[in-house]
Amino acid sequence: MKHTLARAAFCAALVLPLAAQAHKMWMVPSATVISGDDAWVTVDAAVSNDLYYPDHFPARLDTLVITAPDGSTVKPENAATGKYRSTFDVPVPQKGTYRLALVNQGLFANYELDGQKKRWRGTPAEFKGAIPAGAKNVAVSEMASRVETFVTQGSPSDGALKPVGKGLELVPVSQPNDLMAGEKATFRLLLDGKPAANLKVVAINGATRYRNAQDEMDTTTDSDGKFSFTWPAAGMYWVNASTEDDRTSVKEAKNRRLAYTATLEVLPQ
Amino acid sequence: MRRLLTLAICACCAAPAIAADMNITVEIPTLKVAEYHRPYVAVWIEREDHSVAANLAVWYEMKKGDGEGTKWLKDMRQWWRRSGREQTMPIDGVSGATRPAGQHRLRFVDGKPPLGTLAPGHYELVVEAAREVGGREAQRIPFDWPAKAPVHLSAKGSEELGQIDLDLNP
Repeated sequence: MKHTLARAAFCAALVLPLAAQAHKMWMVPSATVISGDDAWVTVDAAVSNDLYYPDHFPARLDTLVITAPDGSTVKPENAATGKYRSTFDVPVPQKGTYRLALVNQGLFANYELDGQKKRWRGTPAEFKGAIPAGAKNVAVSEMASRVETFVTQGSPSDGALKPVGKGLELVPVSQPNDLMAGEKATFRLLLDGKPAANLKVVAINGATRYRNAQDEMDTTTDSDGKFSFTWPAAGMYWVNASTEDDRTSVKEAKNRRLAYTATLEVLPQ
Repeated sequence: MRRLLTLAICACCAAPAIAADMNITVEIPTLKVAEYHRPYVAVWIEREDHSVAANLAVWYEMKKGDGEGTKWLKDMRQWWRRSGREQTMPIDGVSGATRPAGQHRLRFVDGKPPLGTLAPGHYELVVEAAREVGGREAQRIPFDWPAKAPVHLSAKGSEELGQIDLDLNP
């Protein structure tokens, strides 16, 4: 059971960066705008085709990082991983904005040993000696992806939203929990802490099962990494950007795949 | 000197009589629904840039323990966004318990809290209601302050609010 799940998650992780076409990874909180300081949110996390119906793989929660408004790290409660989705609870006693992030960074290797196909996954530090000497057709790639969502109790704040400076990251210009239908929202994408210019960003409203078209919106970041969407309707939007480069941590990895995803709730006026 | 003092006293006495005031009637409609809870209602004044000039009333469930009452304040989502999320509940002289269906008259006087002193200009009175397991509605009445002559303005809600009247006296 455990093995199967781990493998499923592994496959999900492998699939993810290329997966803009097919599978979408996401976290959806039960509420994004919260009043009252004893409130909790419960969150679903999965990789799926339809938004937001868990129909493929659960998301791995070992990469989950929850940052409170004061910058401290919060542990999830009641975490569980099922067949199609993972779920966890977060108490939100602090006023301000919480960032929930699945941070997936690491190296992936495919190789053949004695005629058998093998796979390896790990950190750059673990890479040395991880691939057996006799391995053939070794293909190594690096990945850095973030899947995020935001929850605000009381007034929005920036304390939890400071960029780490690694991979693709979103920096708010508009507050991510202050979005309304018909209004324009602007964000900034950073790549390793610098503006991610000229990058395609897509946004898809949820509940895709109940319409025929994806109704995908897209835009491109400007030279400062900024992009904007004017939300046509209320809903939970899946916002995604991906790219690749050759700035890898080990020389054996030829390319680095980068992805950023956020689920952003847009409320009706 | 004595004359000056007399003048000053007269001015003081006269002041309340000449202060402009604002009379608001908020109607909470009677609804025939299986499960009825009194709505949360917020009444406030917005400047043209949507910033809040004054919170006039916030009616919410104050008796529930463990902050259960404040949990639903965000359902008045316009008020929550414009002002509510920055408030610490209860708000002195503004917040109070939820009210039953019927007409509720409120009077506010220029220069006194919670109305305070509004700079001359164009404003909107906003009344927003949100009901547990029910709907949510906001009504807006634009007005100019101060009124040069008595003014009667109104709006009519369709779901969660009934007749809203705004009477301004110079």
